[in-house]
Amino acid sequence: MTTLTSGPVCPAPRGVYDRIQLGHGSGGKMSAQLLRDHFLPRFGNPHLDALGDGAVVPVSGGEVVLSTDTFVVHPLEFPGGNIGHLAVHGTVNDLAMMGATPRFLSAGFVLEEGLPIEQLARILDAMQEAAADCGVHVVTGDTKVVDRGKADGLFVNTTGLGLLVDGFRPQPKGARPGDAVLVSGPLARHGMAVMAVREGFAFESEITSDTVNLAPLVGALRDELGASVHVLRDATRGGLASALNEIAAASGVGVELQDHRIPVPGPVEAACEMLGLDPLYVANEGVLVAFVDGAVARDAVQILRSFPQGAEAAEIGGVVADHRGMVILRTGVGGTRVVDMLPGDQLPRIC
Amino acid sequence: MCLGIPGRIVQLSHEAGLPMGVVDFGGVRREVCLAYVADEIDVGDYAIIHVGFAISKVDEEEARRTYAVLREMGELEELEWIREAADAAESVDVPSQAPPRPDGTGGLGEARG
Amino acid sequence: MKYLAEYRDPALARALVDRIGGTATRRWTLMEVCGGQTHTIVKQGINEVLAEAVEMIHGPGCPVCVTPLEQIDRALHLAARPDVIFTSFGDMLRVPGSECDLFQVKSRGGNVRIVYSPLDAVDLARDNPDKEVVFFAVGFETTAPANAMAVWRARELGVTNFSVLVSHVTVPPAMVAILEAPDNRVQGFLAAGHVCTVMGWTEYDPLASRYRVPIVVTGFEPLDILEGIWMAVKQLEEGRHEVENQYVRSVRRDGNRPAQELVRRVFQVVDRGWRGIGVIPESGLGLREEFRAFDAERKFELDAIRADEPAECMAGDVLRGRIKPFQCPAFGVTCTPESPLGAPMVSSEGACAAYHRFGRLNRAAAGG
Repeated sequence: MTTLTSGPVCPAPRGVYDRIQLGHGSGGKMSAQLLRDHFLPRFGNPHLDALGDGAVVPVSGGEVVLSTDTFVVHPLEFPGGNIGHLAVHGTVNDLAMMGATPRFLSAGFVLEEGLPIEQLARILDAMQEAAADCGVHVVTGDTKVVDRGKADGLFVNTTGLGLLVDGFRPQPKGARPGDAVLVSGPLARHGMAVMAVREGFAFESEITSDTVNLAPLVGALRDELGASVHVLRDATRGGLASALNEIAAASGVGVELQDHRIPVPGPVEAACEMLGLDPLYVANEGVLVAFVDGAVARDAVQILRSFPQGAEAAEIGGVVADHRGMVILRTGVGGTRVVDMLPGDQLPRIC
Repeated sequence: MCLGIPGRIVQLSHEAGLPMGVVDFGGVRREVCLAYVADEIDVGDYAIIHVGFAISKVDEEEARRTYAVLREMGELEELEWIREAADAAESVDVPSQAPPRPDGTGGLGEARG
Repeated sequence: MKYLAEYRDPALARALVDRIGGTATRRWTLMEVCGGQTHTIVKQGINEVLAEAVEMIHGPGCPVCVTPLEQIDRALHLAARPDVIFTSFGDMLRVPGSECDLFQVKSRGGNVRIVYSPLDAVDLARDNPDKEVVFFAVGFETTAPANAMAVWRARELGVTNFSVLVSHVTVPPAMVAILEAPDNRVQGFLAAGHVCTVMGWTEYDPLASRYRVPIVVTGFEPLDILEGIWMAVKQLEEGRHEVENQYVRSVRRDGNRPAQELVRRVFQVVDRGWRGIGVIPESGLGLREEFRAFDAERKFELDAIRADEPAECMAGDVLRGRIKPFQCPAFGVTCTPESPLGAPMVSSEGACAAYHRFGRLNRAAAGG
C-alpha cells in the first residue's frame, strides 16, 4: 500500500464514533451505518428490515387505535430505568387504556450532536427489552440530529397501533355514580425517582421509577369484567389528581377519595415531605386508574393484585352525582378538601 | 416560614470547617448543615430540618410524654362516647340511635374493636 | 416517618376535635400566622370540622405573599440579566410582579433556578465564576439562619460572585399591627412553631399580657394544630392569656442560640413593607453594612425600580383577616391560580390559593 507523504488529507468520514455527529442525521452513509449498527440489530423484524418509507402491517376487520407520545425526560437515565423504557411503556399503556391490544410501534428520534453513543445504546437496549416484554414490534422509525444545545441529549416519539377487541370500550366519559375508583399501585414513584437525580434537589433514596407494561392488567380486567370496566387511564404527568379531574369533567360526575386509602410508599412520602410536594400531583409511569361498576370493585382489585405490577392495587374512592366535575378528598380529620387541577407544574415549597 | 421535617442523623462530617451530616427521612437521605445543633447532636438523634439546615434537636422524651397524654385523651373520649351511647339507650323505651361520631360511624350494635 | 406520621393519627385527631367542641362554650376567633399551618388547616379541612367552636382567620404568615411588589419586580429585573443566575425557593416562581413572573422571565431566556437550600446557591456561584449568582432570600425568622450562613460562608470562602436579595420579615411586629387595628377580631394566636424553634418564645410574653391574648406555640401536623387550638380555647374559656408551648418536641423557651447569634452578626432589624399591609416599622431584616458586598440591592442598581399594587387585589385585607378570600370580588373571577392578581393566590400557602384549591366546597365552615 502506498503512503501519501503530502497532498490533501482524505475528507471521508472515519468509521468509528463515540458521539453522535450531525452527519448521523443526514440520510447518507453515516445514517445508514447508525441504523445498521444500532437500530436494526435491536428492533429487527421483517417490517423494519424492509426499510421502506413506511410499514405494511396486517389488521383484521374492525377498528384500530392509534396513540402517540413524545418523551423529553431529563436526565435521560434515572433510578429504575431510562427514557427508552418510558418510550415503549408509555405508548403501550396508552393503547391498553383505550382497550386495545398493542401491536406495532414507530419510533422517531431527535438526537443532540455530542450524545455519547454508549448512552444511545443503553436507551435502545431498554427499548428492545421493553418491546419484547410488551410483545410489540418497532416497525418503522426516523432519526434526525440537531446542533449541540438544541435537544436535551435525546427526544423520542413513539406512535403505537393497537387492535380493539369487540365491545370493550373504556372511555373518559364512561364514569357513572356508584362506580368504584381503583389504582393499580402506589403513587409518585417515577416523579420522585427523577427528582432525586435532578440538579439542585439531589437526594439519596431507594425510590425507583415504576415504568412498566400495564397491558396485561387491562387484558385481565377486560377478559373477566368486560363492560363493567367503564374508564381506564394511566396516571402520568400531573399525577393521579390530574387524571381524576379530567375524567370527572369528561363524565360530568363527582369523585370522592379517602385519604387513608391512597397508597404512597414510605420513602416517596418522605421525599415529598422534604421538598414540599403533594404525591397526588407527582408523575407516575406504571399506575393505572380504573373506574369500575361498584358491584365488581372487589373482584377488580383481586384481578389487579394477581400481577406483580398490581400487587398493591387498592380501591381509593368512588363516583357520586354531587359536585359534578370536582374531585373531593375526605381527610383523616374528618374534613373535606377539593383536589384541583394545578395551573402548571407543582412547585417545591419551603413553607 | 415553616417547612421543617424531622429526620434521623446517620452520619456526621465536616465541609471546610462547617459541620455537616447526612439525615435520613424515612428512607430518603440528604446532606444537611448541622452548624446550629453541632453541640447537642449525635448519630441516631432526630432533628428538625428546614431548607437544608437542622434548626433543633427533637426532644424525644418530651415527644413521648406529650404523645402519651394525647393517646390517653383519645381513650377517654372513646369511653365518653360509649357512656353516652349507653345512657341514650337506657333513657328511651324504643330502640334509638346512639349519638353519631363525627366520622359518621355510630349507632347501636356497631362493634368497636 | 418518625415524629411525623404519629401526629396525623385520625382517631386521635377526632378525639381532639371532640375535646375542643366539649371545651368551647361559645365560638372563639383565632389566628395562625404561619403559611405552613394555614396549609395544614385548609388541606385537612380542620376549619370545616371545628366550625362551631372556632373561626380560624389566616394571618399574614406566608412570606412569599407579603414580599412587596417592588421586591418582586427587582427580582425579575435581576433574573432577566444575561450575566445573572437567579436562584430561589420554588414558591416564588409564580408570584406575579407588575408585568410578569419568574417563570415568564425564564421562558424568555432568563437563567432562573430553583434551589432547596441557600448553600446550594453558594455552590452554584463557585461552579460558575463567570456569572453572578443572586439568591432571593425570602422568609421569616425560620429561614434567616440558613440565609445568614450562606452569606457568611460566601465571605469565608471568598466567593465574590454571590449576593442575596433580601426580603426577610419577622412575626411579632405583624401580630402587633393586627392587634392594634381598631376592627381586630382576633382573640388568640397560634404562633409559628418553626419561627419559635429558632427564636424561642420570650418575645411573645409582653404581647400576651399587653393585649390579653393567649398565644400557643404550635407545630404543623394535624394533631399539633388541633392540640394548639384546644390549648388556646381552654385559655380563653378560663380567662387566661399566657404563652404556652404545644410544640415541645422542637421548641425551647430561648430557641436556638447559635442560630440567633449568626443572624444577629449578619442581619440587622429594618423597616419592611408587607405587600397589602404597608410598611411595618422594625419588622424586617436587612444585611449589615459589613456585608454590603453580598447585598444584591447595593451590588446592582435597583433603586429606580418602584411599584404600586393593583387596586383590584385585596391581598391586604385578606392577609389581615378582614375578609375571607371568597369575599373579594376578584376571587375565582379575574383572580385565579392560573392568572393571579396578587401573591396569596399564587403561593400554595396563600390564603386565597388555599381556599381556591381546597375550600371551594364548604364556605359555610369558613365562617362566610
